[in-house]
Amino acid sequence: MQNRKIVKFREKILEITFFLCAFVSVFTTFAIIFILFFESYDFFKQVPLKEFFLGTQWTPLFAEPKFGILPLVLGTLITTIIALLVALPVGLITAIYLSEYAPHKFRETVKPVLELLAAVPTVVYGYFALLFLTPILQKIIPDLSTFNALSPGIIMGIMIVPYVSSVSEDALKAVPMQIREGSYAMGATKFQTAFKVLIPSAFSGIAAAFIIGISRAIGETMVVAIAAGMMPNFTFNPLEPVQTITSYIVQVSLGDVPHGTLEYRTIFAAGIVLFFMTLFFNIIGYFLRSKIREKY
Amino acid sequence: MVGEKIKAESINLNFWYGTVQALKNVNLKIAEKKVTALIGPSGCGKTTFLRCFNRMHDLYPNNRYEGEIFLYPDKVNIVSPHVDPIEIRMRIGMVFQKPNPFPKTIYENIAYGLRVRGINNKKVLDEVVERSLKGAALWDEVKDKLNKLAFELSGGQQQRLCIARALATDPEILLFDEPTSALDPIATGRIEELIEELKEKVTILIVTHNMQQAARISDYTGFMMLGELIEFDTTDKIFTNPSKKLTEDYVTGRFG
Repeated sequence: MQNRKIVKFREKILEITFFLCAFVSVFTTFAIIFILFFESYDFFKQVPLKEFFLGTQWTPLFAEPKFGILPLVLGTLITTIIALLVALPVGLITAIYLSEYAPHKFRETVKPVLELLAAVPTVVYGYFALLFLTPILQKIIPDLSTFNALSPGIIMGIMIVPYVSSVSEDALKAVPMQIREGSYAMGATKFQTAFKVLIPSAFSGIAAAFIIGISRAIGETMVVAIAAGMMPNFTFNPLEPVQTITSYIVQVSLGDVPHGTLEYRTIFAAGIVLFFMTLFFNIIGYFLRSKIREKY
Repeated sequence: MVGEKIKAESINLNFWYGTVQALKNVNLKIAEKKVTALIGPSGCGKTTFLRCFNRMHDLYPNNRYEGEIFLYPDKVNIVSPHVDPIEIRMRIGMVFQKPNPFPKTIYENIAYGLRVRGINNKKVLDEVVERSLKGAALWDEVKDKLNKLAFELSGGQQQRLCIARALATDPEILLFDEPTSALDPIATGRIEELIEELKEKVTILIVTHNMQQAARISDYTGFMMLGELIEFDTTDKIFTNPSKKLTEDYVTGRFG
């Protein structure tokens, strides 16, 4: 009898420990969301929503501050789009190559190397963009400024390739062999099978991979903070310096803006915009992922 | 096989999965526009043999053929490494064990074989889709929903769709790999009827687990065991008066 009681007690302790571990991350998430909302609530008491969302100037640290978030959103979108133009096609084609074309041995060697790309610290990518890629691009495009959206965008794209390719490859791998055989039995080539049958079959998984890529690009900080120039320009031109939401947050966090001021709260207002942008894509990704499970 | 026109024949066919020999000296003639069935216990090599005919084994590494399968009238050796498997698959269609429609519409599933051959003419495709679906006894059930996804059909309908897909390219031989094993008895009955109709137009080679099925629908039957063809004769002979003891034991249900 005594023994059973001890066992029961130990079970209870373990259960509580497990619960606390799980609770930490959930609690952190909710705490972050709470603080974001709380601090930006104070911000929006002083800055009208209309100015924030429609203003085309972002100069919160100037003597005469302007609080239009659009330049930052635009900077984020431009670098993100450039990154995706690189990451999505290259990532998908890499995934198709690895899952359908590459011999088994080659795949087993290349995959870890590719995943190593994701292990390089982003600050290294940032300086790689600024000191290596930008000078090369300047030889091709003389108008390119030292700080610009193009070069960090491309580098970010390369950085994201492994995320896109690894999730896409898993999705392609999950397509049942019978579907492949069905296509080959009709006399299709490898290329036709991959593009006409496998991509549509793995569509939801590939879309989820794209979403992960988009979220990574929007949230990326270091590369753009280093190489894009910290200039909140309201511009569509990728050759000019821009500032993204993330790099603005870095800029203010590193400076000596006093706590509790309006300038300080701009971080949270910018943060909440970023939060909703990535949340939006994550929700889409979540639904697409649950759709894959339904199908197979 | 007196008086039959031969569509294909395997001569001393051996096959290896890596180092494991799965087929041993198989010699078999396939009569044109007849149904030839292969029966035998699990793992006897009947599916392996069937899949040699459209070089499905080429999709996986370390598989090796030895010997010949001649396809007539031009006597091309199907399993020769110098023959492009795509050329072969253009002439020999296949229906699989489980229905495997593509994630496309019913129409596009049927049109697939023509599209991979570069035929995109709408008029031609419309015609072939209708003809193939009629040939697979599916037209009346799907003619109003050609643009619906193929997954929305029932299992039996999906399998007939796969037959229609294979018919669309006018194959010379149609391979069936246990086509009814995933279907209920009613759907199975319809596929069997269909196979009997199809043999007027196309040569059929079918692997089946179900001896009654072989007896019902085939003209010739081969009994295989452990990678060897034990006996091959008219279906009548195999099921009523086989010449080998092993065959008799198997068809009377003494093992397997």
